[in-house]
Amino acid sequence: MRIGLFVTCLGDVLFPRVPKATTALLERLGHEVVFPADQTCCGQMHVNTGYQRDALPLIRHHVEVFERALADGCSALVAPSGSCVGSVRHQHAEVARRLGDDELAQRAGAVANRTFELSEFLVDVLGVTDVGAAFPHRVTYHPTCHSLRMLGVADRPLQLLRAVRGIDLVELPDAEVCCGFGGTFALKNAQTSTAMLADKIAWVRHTQAEIVTAGDSSCLMHIGGGLARLQVGVRTVHVAEILASTEDAPWGSGEVPR
Amino acid sequence: MTTFLGMPGPPADATSELRGSVPFPVAAEAGLTNSRLRRNLSKATGTIRAKRAAVVAEVADWEELREAGRAIKEAALARLPELLVELEEQVEARGGVVHWARDASEANAIVVDLVRAKGVDEVVKVKSMATQEINLNDALEAAGIRAIETDLAELIVQLADDRPSHILVPAIHRGRAEIRQIFLEAMPGLDPGTLTDDPRQLAEAARAYLREAFLRARVAVSGANFGVVETGTLTVVESEGNGRMCLTLPETLITVMGIEKVIPTWRDLEVFLQLLPRSSTGERMNPYTSTWSGVQPGDGPAEFHLILLDNGRTRVLADPAGRSALHCIRCSACLNVCPVYERAGGHAYGSVYPGPIGAILTPQLTGLTGDSVNDSLPYASSLCGACEEVCPVKIPIPEQLVRLRAEHVEAYASAHRIPSGEAAAMRTASWIMGDATRFARAGRSARLGRKGIRSGRAIVPLPPPLSGWSSSRDLPALPEETFREWWARTRGGERR
Ligand code: SF4
Repeated sequence: MRIGLFVTCLGDVLFPRVPKATTALLERLGHEVVFPADQTCCGQMHVNTGYQRDALPLIRHHVEVFERALADGCSALVAPSGSCVGSVRHQHAEVARRLGDDELAQRAGAVANRTFELSEFLVDVLGVTDVGAAFPHRVTYHPTCHSLRMLGVADRPLQLLRAVRGIDLVELPDAEVCCGFGGTFALKNAQTSTAMLADKIAWVRHTQAEIVTAGDSSCLMHIGGGLARLQVGVRTVHVAEILASTEDAPWGSGEVPR
Repeated sequence: MTTFLGMPGPPADATSELRGSVPFPVAAEAGLTNSRLRRNLSKATGTIRAKRAAVVAEVADWEELREAGRAIKEAALARLPELLVELEEQVEARGGVVHWARDASEANAIVVDLVRAKGVDEVVKVKSMATQEINLNDALEAAGIRAIETDLAELIVQLADDRPSHILVPAIHRGRAEIRQIFLEAMPGLDPGTLTDDPRQLAEAARAYLREAFLRARVAVSGANFGVVETGTLTVVESEGNGRMCLTLPETLITVMGIEKVIPTWRDLEVFLQLLPRSSTGERMNPYTSTWSGVQPGDGPAEFHLILLDNGRTRVLADPAGRSALHCIRCSACLNVCPVYERAGGHAYGSVYPGPIGAILTPQLTGLTGDSVNDSLPYASSLCGACEEVCPVKIPIPEQLVRLRAEHVEAYASAHRIPSGEAAAMRTASWIMGDATRFARAGRSARLGRKGIRSGRAIVPLPPPLSGWSSSRDLPALPEETFREWWARTRGGERR
């Protein structure tokens, strides 16, 4: 299958190891991965901060870029982010319609129908839960709010993680409580956000895990930022990186980028 | 649904209890730093969350019930004018009197006149959000009438001259020891030597205090959870039975009800009587459900007045995108699951409606101006969506928060000629990210920023609002190359 990679702006600029791992994983599963290089940002930050008029050109751009990818033979568009896929699926058409562009709303809906979050794509579209990964570390999983409640990925990421060789997967207490990121919420309501982060970090520490994983680089950036500041000694690793890691090309070996 | 529901009415009274004095992020500090409040709230909301989850899990058709609740509310609101007129007819046919109040001051004036006409200077009150919203107690006090709250938690708030911080449990921010102190100071005849902070003793003290008031009272004031149109029946659901005392003992009953509380039939009521207690207190059924239709000679109050309150509601109703906020049955489930509410506390919202529902309802009732304190409320959320998941009438709270943020930004833009710093930054970001070449260039220059970060911290302190991030979190280490650079380098020519 030819898959169009939607790397997300954060994945492109700050966490390239995540789309790289996604590429490695999907190619290992025998698929052709293409990177539509004109992509930029889905506009979620603008929408969620209230700047819908400034989001509209970004939405239009996103739709045009990925329409071309679909026309170029991509059967699916995949992103390692619940939040960005959530925006594509639940905000793009809505914003276009609110601002009076029904034609764009329709086209956005068509692109959204072919856009998948990584765990959804693996489990529902490809029908795999054992991707042949190996990751001999103690890991706890934080289900990000948008993947859980906007997309409803449910336990798909856990199904994938449970099938990883050597992993010591430990349950995170109060896992479904938000980590406090919320995009510009972390800036505008920094103190409340920090109070939420403190509790998330306490539970992560409680698990005695070496690594906390999630399906969103943004939430991991938030949790990781707090873990690093407090020198907790726990790392953040995206689910895609764990799934990309194998016995032959283990995470951190340089074979799989980190 | 695009039903046209007429011209929006005026926003809620500026004098009403729907506006704090400082924006949410500032107001939140007091809650965040109050260790007693943090402990009380986290314990109380944690307990009630677990109870709710357990009793909801018992109901096999819970999702169908929620959908029914949503659909009944939507349909009722779509023909609200007609339902209200019918409710008026039904209530009056049964001997009640119906009054219409456009806003808080009209409603308060009606109540004051009615109480004065009875020649009394004291009323007992059933716990009610509508009378909180219009600040009836202060209006009565100004007229020389003493209002006695009879709901235990509401009484605690009243005796402490405090503000409610939760829809269902207004004194949720108070602990037992504090309540004991409040009672000792306000209730005559309590012995500090024998009164402990045992909940049973405290309840007993309140009972003795209230019993006298019940027996004395000639006028009671209540709200209503539902107004059943077909028989003109008002409903109050409660746990303590104190509401029942107010609804049955005094000669005159005055009920203030928001106009959105109407439901057409008793069959509809059946749905809500299942949804509300499980969502609210985590009980299968609430201990007391009182219903009354007009007056019955020899049974309960001889005189009944219903005041139908708008106070911004028709304004909310006129907006098809926002009107689902009027579905709310005030169960407070969204507060109890909200991680922001749990940490900042209810007072941070500055309104009698705190938590997620407050963050969407309050600014819609008062209107967003671009600068008002309530403009900060739609931002008081990480958009985690826990509220929508539990809401028994399926109000899409996160979606509404996002839309209200847009309305705030648009209101600000039309009120100011010079864009805010944030708006300018957003415009620039949109310009850069609207084009792949510009975006790639920005990504490359981000690398220059690597030198500006040492051990996760910026060498030069970041300005606000970015300082909000760096106050408690390190910055991520910037990669040596962006993904697109890596792709071009390793797979050059494959550009699509
Ligand atoms: S918004 Fe929904 S969950 Fe919140 S109080 Fe109203 S009915 Fe309950």
